[in-house]
Amino acid sequence: MSISRRDFLKLAGISSLGIGFSATDLLWENRAEAIDYMSSPKGLTAKRWAMVVDLRKFKTEEDYSRVIDICHHIHNVPDFGNLKDEVKWIWTDTFEHVFPFQKNEYLPEGVQEKKAVLFCNHCDNPPCVRVCPTQATFKRKDGIVAQDYHRCIGCRFCMAACPFGSRSFNWRDPRPFIKRLNPEFPTRTKGVVEKCNFCVERLAKGLKPACVEVSNGGLIFGDLSDPESEVRKILSKHYSLRRKAELGTRPSVFYIIGGDEDA
Amino acid sequence: MLEKALTGSRRYWGWIFFLLAVSGVGFIFYLRQFAYGLGITGMSRDVSWGLYIGQFTFLVGVAASAVMLVIPYYLHDFKKFGKIVILGEFLAVAAVVMCMLFIMADMGQPMRVMNLVLHPSPKSIMFWDAIVLNGYLLLNIVIGWNTLEADRKEVPPPTWLKPLIYLSIPWAISIHTVTAFLYAGLPGRPFWLSAIMAARFLASAFAAGPALLIILALIVRKLTKFDPGKEPIQALGKIVTYAIIASTFFLGLEVFTAFYSQIPGHMASFKYLYAGLDGVGKLVPMMWLSTILAVVAIILLVNPNTRKNESILAFACVAAFISLWIDKGFGLIVGGFVPNPFERVTEYWPTLPETIITIGVWAIGLLVLTVLYKVAISIREAQLESGSDTH
Amino acid sequence: MYDAWKILLGLIIFLAFATFPFYSNMGKAVAKPDPKLDTPVIQQMKVKQCVESKEFMRAEHMQLLNNWRDAALRRGERLYKGSDGRITEISFQNQCLRCHSNKKKFCDECHSYADVKPYCWDCHIAPKEAKNEH
Repeated sequence: MSISRRDFLKLAGISSLGIGFSATDLLWENRAEAIDYMSSPKGLTAKRWAMVVDLRKFKTEEDYSRVIDICHHIHNVPDFGNLKDEVKWIWTDTFEHVFPFQKNEYLPEGVQEKKAVLFCNHCDNPPCVRVCPTQATFKRKDGIVAQDYHRCIGCRFCMAACPFGSRSFNWRDPRPFIKRLNPEFPTRTKGVVEKCNFCVERLAKGLKPACVEVSNGGLIFGDLSDPESEVRKILSKHYSLRRKAELGTRPSVFYIIGGDEDA
Repeated sequence: MLEKALTGSRRYWGWIFFLLAVSGVGFIFYLRQFAYGLGITGMSRDVSWGLYIGQFTFLVGVAASAVMLVIPYYLHDFKKFGKIVILGEFLAVAAVVMCMLFIMADMGQPMRVMNLVLHPSPKSIMFWDAIVLNGYLLLNIVIGWNTLEADRKEVPPPTWLKPLIYLSIPWAISIHTVTAFLYAGLPGRPFWLSAIMAARFLASAFAAGPALLIILALIVRKLTKFDPGKEPIQALGKIVTYAIIASTFFLGLEVFTAFYSQIPGHMASFKYLYAGLDGVGKLVPMMWLSTILAVVAIILLVNPNTRKNESILAFACVAAFISLWIDKGFGLIVGGFVPNPFERVTEYWPTLPETIITIGVWAIGLLVLTVLYKVAISIREAQLESGSDTH
Repeated sequence: MYDAWKILLGLIIFLAFATFPFYSNMGKAVAKPDPKLDTPVIQQMKVKQCVESKEFMRAEHMQLLNNWRDAALRRGERLYKGSDGRITEISFQNQCLRCHSNKKKFCDECHSYADVKPYCWDCHIAPKEAKNEH
């Protein structure tokens, strides 16, 4: 069989590719049957994690700063000290800014000015996940909207898509601005987007989110799909609000406002 | 054919080296941004897209507008566009190149750009935008290059080119529609959440692109022996007229819906852009300049006496171009982020490095445009000398 | 030949660039990488064995790390059963680096030699290295 020079080169190119692949494949194949990945049996699991913020329990400045500080410390969230570079996972704003459609000057005294605790809503229908061009942000099976900092290309489409302002971008290297480094958790690098992760790293160890632990009952965390869960019980007894529910993102964070004896 | 770009007058080379120098300065500043991060720009947590994405959006429109020459020439056999349709196609190539550079400049992790290919995400509009933009670039290079080569050889273009030319028409519409969908499908950004967005994008594109093309055609006539011709320029002038009226009309529709409905979220961005909100309004003078220029351009373009005067036409086109550049390349993007989701106002203004990088990208675009136009015009000039005008 | 000097000049410039790596490194001996395993944690181990064999880890650690990353981060599967049946918690920072706490002599040694710059350290915090460790 005669073969033209061109065909020979084509064939040679294709077969060398094949050899390249098969060599590394062999190394893996020998192990493929034995190796396995599993979830930790200690880990907390749910169909849809959710949070209830009981604002009646937040009375002093310290009640707010406690939950913010613990989160920002254990997750190595930087403090740049200016608005332009700002990165935050938990923060607060007043009722009228958090619930612009519910503002009403005749609300019980103090409600309009009441500060709400804010974090990612871990929406059931998250627009940030929909728009991400690399699936760097994605929804886990337990409903948590997670962010893969390895994959994020920093296009910030998710920041435009999030109706809640829950996402921060690393406009510059965050590491010099982390006051107390937690050596057990990574930092982020410049050029990626970050946000609250509902403490997935703690859930895997069987622990509730850090903010919940220090909130003195102000933050209640549980499985929304389980009628017996603490979050469902409290939601069935008290009237609650979700931020911008009319946008259809189905937030998993609920707010109990109070300001009324039986609210 | 590319060899035609390697011989030129002293003025040609001066211009080339000037553009190289400007893009070089831009690149130096880009390296600074690369090392420091996007914090070097004026963007912030609240206004997370700025000048780069604005330029990208505007230039997608300029690229799409080549179709305003392709449709009359290839679908309606409007022969007068025959000599200049190549100018539109090459303008599209330069514009798409700039679009891609602006996207790269805006990325926080540009080294990971291949993640778009490694993890394709059809639910993301950006995935489709990458496909249509790359496809459009390829289409215009292939079509432009082959028609020009056929022209040079004085033979009809190859037959396989025809389907590609027809394909390029809906493709041009698609690039700007998909770009509009980047914005028009986001909940919680009421300024962008509008069904008219894609139509408005196309209208403003079909005004800004041909306006730029008229200016370029007039420059070409002045600097070279190739005359794009009076009639094609007038025909383009009419296209700009209709398109800028449509664009202004669509903007008016947005304003009506926002203010007659009185829904606060829909009014807020307009208030910020045209009057200021919470006592701040850095963009107000620019937005009114844009409005005034649009009105001036429309008056001069609608009146046949002024439109037919090429100096006035050129002035009107400059006015239209600047007006639409402000409206779409700046106001539209920033306006969508102000006020933020908490109804608070954070302002944005580009920084010096950001501006220099932007100018650098424009310089690269102009460089691509100059080289491509040099090739096309050299061939047109050769045709004039041999006296063989195929059209 | 037209423009002979231009062509020759071009060729010379091309050759100068193309051979740059050779003459710039000429005569410079680069020490062979010698990664060290002598960290306190490893020294206390009875069986000094990583999650997979030495040969596998040497050739495929980057791919394994990628798989670990995707399993833990994206699928929430934070336990790895190796080919010998042992189960390890998946965590680069808290597991890999617990034993390999000597980034300079373990990681950088080869990476510098091969001139690869993995971006692990942009985010993951390297253990503090005691000065008397080596």
